[in-house]
Amino acid sequence: MPPIRPHGKAKNFKGSMKQLFGTMKPFIIPIIFALVISIVGTILALVLPNITKQIGEEIFTSYKLGIKIDMAKIMSIAIYIICLLVVSSMFSYFQGFVMSGVSARVTKKLRTKISEKINKLPLKYFDNQSYGDILSRVTNDVDTIGQTFNQSLSRIVTCLTMVIGSIVMMFANSWQLTLLTLSATPISVILVAVVVKLSQKHFAKQQKSLGKLNGIVEENYSAHNIIRTFNHEIKAQDEFEYTNKDLFSSSFKSQFLSGIMYPIINFISNLVYVFVCVFGGILSIENPLFAVTIVAFIEYMRIFNQQIGDVAQISGNIQSAAAASERVFEFLNQQEQPTESDNKQKIEQVKGLVEFKNVSFGYDENKTIIHNFSATVLPGQKVAIVGPTGAGKTTMVNLLMRFYEVQEGDILVDGISIKDMKREDVRSLFGMVLQDTWIFDGTIRENIAFGSPNKTNEEVENACCFAHIDHFIRSLPNGYDMVLDETANISQGQRQLLTIARAMVNNSPMLILDEATSSVDTRTEIQIQKAMDKLMEGRTSFVIAHRLSTIQNADQILVMRDGNIVEQGTHESLLAMNGFYAELYNSQFAE
Amino acid sequence: MIKLLKHLKWYDYILSIIILGVTVFQVWLNMSLIERMGEIIGLIQAHSIGMPLGSGDLWNVGYKMILIALGICGCVILVTFLASTVSARFSKIIRSRIFEKVNSFSMEEMNKFSTASLITRSTNDVKQVEMTLFTTLRMAVTAPVMAAFAIGKIVGSSIELTWTTIGALGLMLMLVLFLFFVAVPKFTSIQKKTDKINNVTRENLTGIRVVRAYNAESEQEQKFEGVNEDLTKTNLFVNRMMSLLFPGMDLVMNGLSVAIYWIGAYLINIEALQYPTIVTFIQYAMHVLISFMLIALLFVLIPRGVVSAKRINEVLDTKSKICDGKGVNPEQKGCIEFKNVSFKYPDAEMCVLENISFKVNQGETIAFIGSTGSGKSTLINLIPRFFDVSEGQVLVDGEDVRDYKISELNDKLGYVPQKGYLFSGTVKSNMLFGKEDATDDEINQALKISQAEFVHTLEGDLEHEISQGGTNVSGGQRQRLSIARAVIKNPEIYIFDDSFSALDYKTDKELRKALNKYTKDATKIIVAQRVGTIIDADKIVVLDEGKMVGYGTHNELMETCDVYKEIANSQLGQKEGE
Repeated sequence: MPPIRPHGKAKNFKGSMKQLFGTMKPFIIPIIFALVISIVGTILALVLPNITKQIGEEIFTSYKLGIKIDMAKIMSIAIYIICLLVVSSMFSYFQGFVMSGVSARVTKKLRTKISEKINKLPLKYFDNQSYGDILSRVTNDVDTIGQTFNQSLSRIVTCLTMVIGSIVMMFANSWQLTLLTLSATPISVILVAVVVKLSQKHFAKQQKSLGKLNGIVEENYSAHNIIRTFNHEIKAQDEFEYTNKDLFSSSFKSQFLSGIMYPIINFISNLVYVFVCVFGGILSIENPLFAVTIVAFIEYMRIFNQQIGDVAQISGNIQSAAAASERVFEFLNQQEQPTESDNKQKIEQVKGLVEFKNVSFGYDENKTIIHNFSATVLPGQKVAIVGPTGAGKTTMVNLLMRFYEVQEGDILVDGISIKDMKREDVRSLFGMVLQDTWIFDGTIRENIAFGSPNKTNEEVENACCFAHIDHFIRSLPNGYDMVLDETANISQGQRQLLTIARAMVNNSPMLILDEATSSVDTRTEIQIQKAMDKLMEGRTSFVIAHRLSTIQNADQILVMRDGNIVEQGTHESLLAMNGFYAELYNSQFAE
Repeated sequence: MIKLLKHLKWYDYILSIIILGVTVFQVWLNMSLIERMGEIIGLIQAHSIGMPLGSGDLWNVGYKMILIALGICGCVILVTFLASTVSARFSKIIRSRIFEKVNSFSMEEMNKFSTASLITRSTNDVKQVEMTLFTTLRMAVTAPVMAAFAIGKIVGSSIELTWTTIGALGLMLMLVLFLFFVAVPKFTSIQKKTDKINNVTRENLTGIRVVRAYNAESEQEQKFEGVNEDLTKTNLFVNRMMSLLFPGMDLVMNGLSVAIYWIGAYLINIEALQYPTIVTFIQYAMHVLISFMLIALLFVLIPRGVVSAKRINEVLDTKSKICDGKGVNPEQKGCIEFKNVSFKYPDAEMCVLENISFKVNQGETIAFIGSTGSGKSTLINLIPRFFDVSEGQVLVDGEDVRDYKISELNDKLGYVPQKGYLFSGTVKSNMLFGKEDATDDEINQALKISQAEFVHTLEGDLEHEISQGGTNVSGGQRQRLSIARAVIKNPEIYIFDDSFSALDYKTDKELRKALNKYTKDATKIIVAQRVGTIIDADKIVVLDEGKMVGYGTHNELMETCDVYKEIANSQLGQKEGE
């Protein structure tokens, strides 16, 4: 007795189903094949009770006439039935076999599409999208679609065949009893609809209080220290009990209501069963052989009634598949970054001259944060970007790397606008070391050679020597082949050194560095500084600085505040201006 | 599982017994419904050889059948009702026991389980146990009772047919067991492979800038394709195996009914059996098969519940090592003293802290500095008793912290964690966390001291919505708000666990200035990475690998402590910490 699952409602049922069917197109032949054999198999299975009836008739007639039963005849009927049975089961298995193949391929394709889509969307999309949400589309939603495919698609067809077939067979046996049976159907259908509607309301409530409870639990456990030191345990427990009580009542109600659907259907069908027995009996008074027909009829009636419960379940499944595919396609239909087949400009020998010409930009199109910014960075120069937390220092990185596009003005590298180059060509100009040191599951070697898988082991190891991390790597179990994952015990500082080595291997003509070292101890910090200095030698570099002490030798300093560039110049000239930079600089020493 | 059931109320046991009784009755009704149908066919058969039969006779049986059907419906609804109350109440009780328990845990127990695992245990595992209890209450009783009744009926009627049924049962169980052993283990591996898909996708999302910067999109796609193909293959295998189940069962069930007719015909010929018996026998035999199927299903369901129950019991059986002391009445205020304190984590060999001693008086500021892993955070964690010392003593206001009632100790402390965690709600509700009855004026004052006046520029001001964890404000804003939360409590002793790290120098400085001005009498304990933050502390403790390597003011330490000098120079650059 599977419970009715709660499911989200699809806002655009037709639209998402249409797209889902579009995905199935390449598999149309196997799908049709599966559906046809499942119809044939079902029809074969439907004939069975009627043939079994012949055995009953044989037995009954001989009883009436007082003669022995003709066993040869019984045997031939039995063997016939068994053959039909085997064929019908085989067909039904084939159908399952083919449909599992199709559903596995369709779900795989959807997952691949989502994964590829991630790489094609503009970064802007991810700014206001939680990762958990996208992840759940890749797994949960795609799984839901797969399961529906696997189970419900052919069940719709068999269900329909069964309903039509069993009605036909019931009429063939007795039209009177059939009318009797069918008259009860609307009652069952209405009752089922009412119960489903009621229970769904409580399922929705249950989901809601469950979500709320999960939130409370998560919050309390992750902030356990704070709860304890602020003596908040009792209050937290009260709040928890309140929601817990809600959950109790809604989960009890939904459990109960979904549980009584089957007994109610059962009762109605039992009632019909009784009437069929009695009326059949009355009909048999005239014709005793009719007793055998009752047995076959009851069998068809059972098949017919079963479908009513199934229809409720299938329609639930399809609803949730529609909701899931809506979420999947909503993601897949997001606007991608424009393609750039026309951008043919390429720089062969990079000198490293970067010009900002009247650049304006805002994350929100109506809210410009960088106003008309211009600067020229000569080859090999070091540009430092400074400013308080949250001043928007990464904005410059986003623009240079074309993670975001400038709204007005232009950025030129060696005189060529980065807009006229392919995004990948722009990005290959810069090596990048970011504050969040991104390490993926894989060996240290793979992590360092990321983006340039053709590099030799020697090149990787050389880069690590430069980054002062070679010794550390060799001291690890398996050295360069050690697999890094969540459990790998390497510190934040070591991670940072690894990403520096990564940029080193990449050997791009220009650099973008984020030198955040707030969670690193002093000794490592000095190592990181040295490694970065080495990396910057002879390269045009942009450094997001957190320590003012390290950028005094920068060729240019851009001072940012509230998203905008408020001052630019060298350390000395900025100090002489006695503006925001000077204020920042002095505040770290002043008493 | 059984151990968990002890948490049920006494009346739930009684309800469970009622469920059992009602179920037995319901199954008995089911069986007699079949019997009545046999009766009708018997009447007709008898009529066929001349016995008189009127519709009244048939209706007599019919009335009985309607009553029986009504009875069955009533029984099932009653059982469902009882089973859902018992199981829903059960999960409610277990959930609140776990929640209560976890709230009493110290850091040691939290770390032992990990937060994520505790969350799963309080939610998913409880749900799993609830579902198991519900199904058990309904099926574990129904199935064996039904099997027993049905077997009783068939054994009495014909030995030959009984053996045929047993044969079919054997076939069916073989099929189920085969699938159980071949396909079910793969379910676990599907879960693991789904996790992998999740992992690769998460990786791709979190590293999206790096991936694009290195033009490594296709590399990532290949990686995804690998795990995707892997998952697809396993999925396909399992689905194809499971496709065997229903056709196989259909085959066995229908095959059995044909066989019963066939063999039954022989038996009628030798006058060992009557036709109505065959009809009812088939019904009973189907009930036997179905009830064994249900029992097999229980064997799949119950172990899952048992695993979850074990995980829950692990939590409930864990006793917090840190519990209330006898209670004290300290005479001093705002003093903290460490006396030869050493600390090591359970099961660890090395001490994290060794022989630490110092004392601070009311209104003083003491700061701790040292490289990562030097034990700074661990040290201050000993004050609110997140952990207890392994050796030595921590005294607050002259009394050992272990002698305090925990809530009394906490009342003295204003703790600001490293990651400024905020609770979902509003700015105001977060502030009231520190002081339940704080007025808006008090809140505004605390925000002012904490340099968190940016709140007034937010939409809704104090009523501005804060999302869980405080993710909708920046890291620096979060830290300032969590400082304000401690300020409003107006504690004797502040504990700042690296709470200024996300602030820029300027804000950092202003904040400390305001704190010194408005909370003069409070003692401040500060852990910091930046020398700038602690430069004006009354006392600075320099830690290196768990030992005190320096103790004094900034200027003293610049003279005497090499480690401190190294840190200071690297941060203050050319100015050498003037």
